[in-house]
Amino acid sequence: MDSFISTILDNSLKEANNSITVDKHLQLEYDVGTLLAVDSNNLNLKTLMDNENEYLLKLSRDNVQLLFNEIWKLPTDRIDESIVAKLPQSNYIVPRSRALPKPKPLTKWEQFAKLKGIKKNKKTKQSWDEQLNKWVPLYGYKRAQAEKEKDWVLEVPATSDPMEDQFLKKKTGKRENIAKNEFQRLRNVAKSRNIKVPRLGLTNPDLSSSKELQTAVTLTRSATASLGKFQNKLPKEKDVGLTKIMSDSNRKRKSIAFSSQEERRNNLNTINFVLNKKPTFNVEKAIGRRLKKHMTNPKSQSNKQLLNTKRKMSFHKKSKNKGKKKNEKQNRY
Amino acid sequence: MSIQRVVKPSTRKGKRVLEAREPATLEGPKQTLLFYGRKSSDVIRHGLKDLYSLKKPDAKLLSRKNDITLFENANPIEELCRKHEASLFIAGSHSKKRPNNLIIGRMYNYNLLDMVELGLDSFKSLSEFVGPKITVGTKPCLIFNGPAWDQVEDLKHLKSIFVDLFHRENVENIRLQGLEHALCFTAISDNKILLRSYKVLLKKSGCKTPRVELKEMGPSVDLMFRRSKLASEDLMKQACKKPRILKVRKRKNVSRDGLGTLHGRIHVGKQNIPSLQTRKMKGLKKTAEEKRAEKKQSKRPLTVQNDTNKPVASKKRRVE
Repeated sequence: MDSFISTILDNSLKEANNSITVDKHLQLEYDVGTLLAVDSNNLNLKTLMDNENEYLLKLSRDNVQLLFNEIWKLPTDRIDESIVAKLPQSNYIVPRSRALPKPKPLTKWEQFAKLKGIKKNKKTKQSWDEQLNKWVPLYGYKRAQAEKEKDWVLEVPATSDPMEDQFLKKKTGKRENIAKNEFQRLRNVAKSRNIKVPRLGLTNPDLSSSKELQTAVTLTRSATASLGKFQNKLPKEKDVGLTKIMSDSNRKRKSIAFSSQEERRNNLNTINFVLNKKPTFNVEKAIGRRLKKHMTNPKSQSNKQLLNTKRKMSFHKKSKNKGKKKNEKQNRY
Repeated sequence: MSIQRVVKPSTRKGKRVLEAREPATLEGPKQTLLFYGRKSSDVIRHGLKDLYSLKKPDAKLLSRKNDITLFENANPIEELCRKHEASLFIAGSHSKKRPNNLIIGRMYNYNLLDMVELGLDSFKSLSEFVGPKITVGTKPCLIFNGPAWDQVEDLKHLKSIFVDLFHRENVENIRLQGLEHALCFTAISDNKILLRSYKVLLKKSGCKTPRVELKEMGPSVDLMFRRSKLASEDLMKQACKKPRILKVRKRKNVSRDGLGTLHGRIHVGKQNIPSLQTRKMKGLKKTAEEKRAEKKQSKRPLTVQNDTNKPVASKKRRVE
């Protein structure tokens, strides 16, 4: 009896296994992560032509069965009364829809802060105002109101014109500050995107440097059809030059020596320049030292000699200048 | 993520919209744009509608005609896809030269990556099949039959496009009862593909894994491979680049033993520096006296001592 039952059980188990097993000449390639199966076995084209849909149904059923056998092997979990299988990472690589995100480019200030090791310290969102006797936010809602309440009267500085409107001054100052910030933001954006912009730095006439002003003047003057060639200049005015302002990359690079002779000459010039370097001679210091020495033991040297030394020094000075000119010449190569 | 724009968004909502368009490490499902070309036929109209219903939550079907000839000029489609934030598109058109034409393409970074042109033949729509249909948003099982998928270069590319189009999205978990759709692509020759769509029925088999039965659900169509514009190799490589964060890196100093317990090395014994073999030089050679002394030491009976030639065995602890 026992053996009878066991044979029945065995048979049913075999049947069950038969119902889900599929024989294939070549193993299928699976990517369970994307629920993908690739069957590279040859198709039976004759049966396909005879009875297309039935053949395809049978073929697909077998392949889906094989894929499902793989899926059912995965570890399962129970989430919200339903059984889920944990899918592995998919190996089938599909192109992305957008490029990979790039790290955010540092602003000019952030770069500087990083170089100097300046760390941002977080300010509290609200601070206690002694004057108003209440909590005032750092920015945003209710900040402007608090500012208004606080600044109902403004002090006129002793140095300024007494008739000047301080409220208006404060207002314009704030507006200018906002404009400056916006300008800096745009400059950072341009820098991060590699856009060349003129070095125009007229944000605040009170704050801008002479260099910035000079840049602005040159640019305005060049805004004519002839690029400012016939524009009048102020007496003793320095010309910055438009090309220099427009971009730094306009600077011409040193041309490469095309003949061996020229190259030889260049190299010799460099060597001469390096080897003929003389220690710098501080004339005034030397005179001072000499005088001091002379004062301490006046017997040793006469006044005449001192005069001679002075002449010698002046000669030295001249020769040093000459050297400088030479150096400049050499630098050009 | 910060927005690097010249003009700042003025509203919160606008900001959010722009942020959603910024490149992200993990991308969601790709959106598909379906539209008609200059002229369309009945087959194309039904075909696009069926494809739309298969793709539904991640697709948009435009109802008007568009005067776009994709293989001549790809700019309009780039604009259209940018407008609708779609990175996959299917265009249907009908002409005397190319009847019942379907163009499937992909975008990368709002530029055209690749596209293929397929002709529809003996089309049977979803509504022509009687029986139950799948629920919206089901992740289908993709089956590729035939040796041509791995042998023919065009079909390799087409396979990638089909997987991209239908696989929806990479998921961690999948509900076993929710596996109810199978898409079968059978390549019978170099340029002929039979597409069949089945509903999966899970039957009892007597063991844990169920027996699978399929019922054709539609659409069913024979596809003819026509023209194609494939991506250059380096562009494809760039597009398939995996973000560095997602790459699995080897964890150092952690190992598993035979029983599956995790061990982490937390301390390495002190190295024996004097015994290190450095560069051999005449000046560093041992003198005769030193050698003799060493010999004497080795002849002595062994005492309990640390083996000086080996580093002290590292301590291992179980990691919780």
